[in-house]
Amino acid sequence: MKRATVIAAVVGLAASASGHAQNGQSIVESQCIACHAVAKPDKAGIDHLWERKGPDLHYAGSKFNQAWLESWLQNPARIRPAGELYTKHLKATDAEDAVDETTLQPHVKLSAADAKAAAEYLMSLKAPDGLVQAGAFKGGKVSPSMGAMFFNKLRGCGACHSTASGTGGASGAELHTAAERLQPDYIYAYVKDPQAFDPGIWMPTLNLSEPDLQRLTGYIVQLNGKGATP
Amino acid sequence: MNPIRSVSMHVLAAASAACLTLAAAPASAAADQHARAQRNYDTYCVQCHGIERNGKGINSKNMSVQPRDHSDAKGMTDIPDDELLHAIQDGGLAVNKSVLMPAWGNVLSPEEIKEMVAYLRHVCNCGISQ
Repeated sequence: MKRATVIAAVVGLAASASGHAQNGQSIVESQCIACHAVAKPDKAGIDHLWERKGPDLHYAGSKFNQAWLESWLQNPARIRPAGELYTKHLKATDAEDAVDETTLQPHVKLSAADAKAAAEYLMSLKAPDGLVQAGAFKGGKVSPSMGAMFFNKLRGCGACHSTASGTGGASGAELHTAAERLQPDYIYAYVKDPQAFDPGIWMPTLNLSEPDLQRLTGYIVQLNGKGATP
Repeated sequence: MNPIRSVSMHVLAAASAACLTLAAAPASAAADQHARAQRNYDTYCVQCHGIERNGKGINSKNMSVQPRDHSDAKGMTDIPDDELLHAIQDGGLAVNKSVLMPAWGNVLSPEEIKEMVAYLRHVCNCGISQ
């Protein structure tokens, strides 16, 4: 009797775990795939970039931090200030181009249970071997002023990416929440070669040196959302 | 139908089609290159140089150095084609300009960069300074 109970409990746990994963997959497939690719596109490249409405998620498990994903899906806030693809959401003004907010849709919002299940499923979608290498970022601390100088003045990253809300470039993803959002090894790999993740993406591959990659990744993971490093 | 005559007619038809294709090819190839450069501009350049190609891109607001106004015929005439090509391929620093202009040589092919230079001449409606 005791043994039967244990077996039943184990089977129940397994069913619950698999049911949960299935639920996450079905949520993603019903709510996310209209805008996001959850499998590598057959023809990656500029056509795909113009067709898609949000970033690809087929390597989400090598990109995001699960806790952030679960929380963000319940309370989504725009990451790319000008949406995707940014050119589609701009309007000319007398001064600089501005975001045409009327062209941007709010992101779907999930319940706590659905966000948990979807995040679990998304974390199972890993990048192909070699794209994100565990331990690529060595975890070194970066002097905030030195990091900012490289990020803004020496490598020009700040032209497209914002490191504090409401400031900086708008065509790239904001980075003030990058530390909560992204895995450090993913940041390193993407900065090194964005084209390997998103062929044709409007972020250039700059042939950055190893010290540069460590420094820029270190700077980004130290950003605390307030435009200053802790 | 006489088989020899039939073959001759096919050859004639093929030759005529080839002539038509040859006549149409340069214009069509040029149009394709222009369209490709225009879309590349809309993908890579607009973020800083603006949807009206006037240097007022969405990112230009906070830049310490303003992006080049590609619609400025006077300013663009002063820049030779090889300098434009070098700047696009290797970035602003390569032509003693701002680091904020990145190198696109790992994204665009040499052919696409040449097409972009031709497209910039179209945008500025200007020739090359001699």
